[in-house]
Amino acid sequence: MRSFWTLWKREVASAFHTPMAWVILCFLLLVTGFNFYAGVSILNHGPTEVTVVESFFNTIFFWFPFLLLFPLLTMRLYSEEYRSGTVEPLMTAPIRDTQVVLAKFFGVLFLYAVLWLPTGVYFEIFWLQTRMTAAGATGAYLGAYLLLFLMGMFYLALGCLCSSLTRHQITAAVTTLALVSLFFLTGLLTFLSGSIGTLMQGVAVTLSPIEQMTQFSRGIIDTRAVVWYLAMTMFCLFLTLHSFQARRWRK
Amino acid sequence: MISVQGLSKSYGPTAAIREISFTVNKGELVGFLGPNGAGKSTTMKILSGYLPADAGEVRIAGFDIFTQSIKARSRIGYLPENVPLYPEMRVGEYLGYRAALKGVRARRLPEKVDDALQLCGLTHVRRQLIGTLSKGYRQRVGLADALVIEPDILILDEPTIGLDPEQIREVRTLIKGLATRHTILLSSHILSEVEMTCSRVLILNRGRIIANGTPSELRERTGLSLAGPVRLEAMVPDPTEAVNALGALPGIGSAHVLGTTGGWVSFEIIPSAGDPRGSLFEEAVRRGWKLRELSARESSLEEIFTSFISRNREPGIADTAIQPTGGAMP
Repeated sequence: MRSFWTLWKREVASAFHTPMAWVILCFLLLVTGFNFYAGVSILNHGPTEVTVVESFFNTIFFWFPFLLLFPLLTMRLYSEEYRSGTVEPLMTAPIRDTQVVLAKFFGVLFLYAVLWLPTGVYFEIFWLQTRMTAAGATGAYLGAYLLLFLMGMFYLALGCLCSSLTRHQITAAVTTLALVSLFFLTGLLTFLSGSIGTLMQGVAVTLSPIEQMTQFSRGIIDTRAVVWYLAMTMFCLFLTLHSFQARRWRK
Repeated sequence: MISVQGLSKSYGPTAAIREISFTVNKGELVGFLGPNGAGKSTTMKILSGYLPADAGEVRIAGFDIFTQSIKARSRIGYLPENVPLYPEMRVGEYLGYRAALKGVRARRLPEKVDDALQLCGLTHVRRQLIGTLSKGYRQRVGLADALVIEPDILILDEPTIGLDPEQIREVRTLIKGLATRHTILLSSHILSEVEMTCSRVLILNRGRIIANGTPSELRERTGLSLAGPVRLEAMVPDPTEAVNALGALPGIGSAHVLGTTGGWVSFEIIPSAGDPRGSLFEEAVRRGWKLRELSARESSLEEIFTSFISRNREPGIADTAIQPTGGAMP
């Protein structure tokens, strides 16, 4: 456990000691800032059915940069260690592969969570300016952020897997983006309502992040989504562990 | 401390090492010598627990490196070839991280890090970013990392590669100093280095150990020492006559003048059999020469090495270059 924390601390520190974390943070704040502005502008055109929180999190302006986060955050995790050779001193220290895989995952997950913290300011600003809450209840904020966290876990785990497979960061980033988009776009199958069966339609609706966000940002927590993301995260981490070990034990 | 039995490893179809066996006893400083691509790095990667072997067994302080890997690894300080480090960390911070990773308690951490910094002459750069260090300092950071928990065994892969002569001298002195407390296995392709620092030498060529012994044992085995040239420097009245006189002595192959400085004439004498220094001395005394130098040059490890390598030429096996590093990391 002590090794885990040592590794975790290095992962987090390394992200903030390089410009990477700060660049991503700026990028995210810029995009969400515009997004917030756009969301509020829509309200100016007249009454709508959506809350500020929902219009903030559930637009294409939000989702597109959101998907770009994952390759940026995860591409260096393993690839950089392979390329620079630091994996050699790392894995000759008396630590287990599991500790490395978990420390890297929880390190990047922490970083991801920290990236979202400043976005809470938008809703605070909204309240200060208009004396109206951005959503009906606390559950709406919690729901929206919970879904972001759950999706983040799964997509970051996917990114870990892709990075553990190659020593080239670019390859890792492209594969991550492809896989993350694939899972994200599964939800868009709902729009093909006629051509796919009702079962597929049901699955697509359940797994669609857009549908999920509609629910979560109204404070409705769908356990199917929670289970799906947790299970997929564990599955991806399991694969990552094996891909990481296979490098060492392959003949 | 280190025992290796029948170790083999190949990268794809290329055999990097083939059935290597050797042992390193407690307190020994053993040099691993071989041309580039001989399998030195591969062997060290296996010993340090980084790469798996295809066949064979490695025991580190009694622990199997494959099945009891964590226990075995906690007894090793390993300096990998090219010393990969995290450029964004500071020297002191990096050593603290490595020591913690190797199980040093938080309470004892500063003391251990200070000791390692002191020993490797890094105290004045402890707050510097690793990425800004010169090659020599990076090498020292790697060495400090290997030493930081004072492990029983040090495995150092090419510890002096890429350093300038002054730094090489420093690192050698450091390693020699460590030999009193640690068991050390170091690799090098520089022969004089191994000769200067190591008590025992393993010569590796094309994945096989072709010689194992102390430098003097190896010298005896090649029979090179007796044929080494002898240098004699004396005050002689007539150099030409002296050369003839020396050349006529029994057991002398040939003699010639190397040079003259202020009346002192130096000769090089190639013996035909045995050590001629005794009879050379007697001859000088008989003729009343004032003698300033009489020395036999021992054949260097370089000659021994070349002799072993050329003896081990296998006709039939193609001289394929073996990828020495990162073979399992495409």
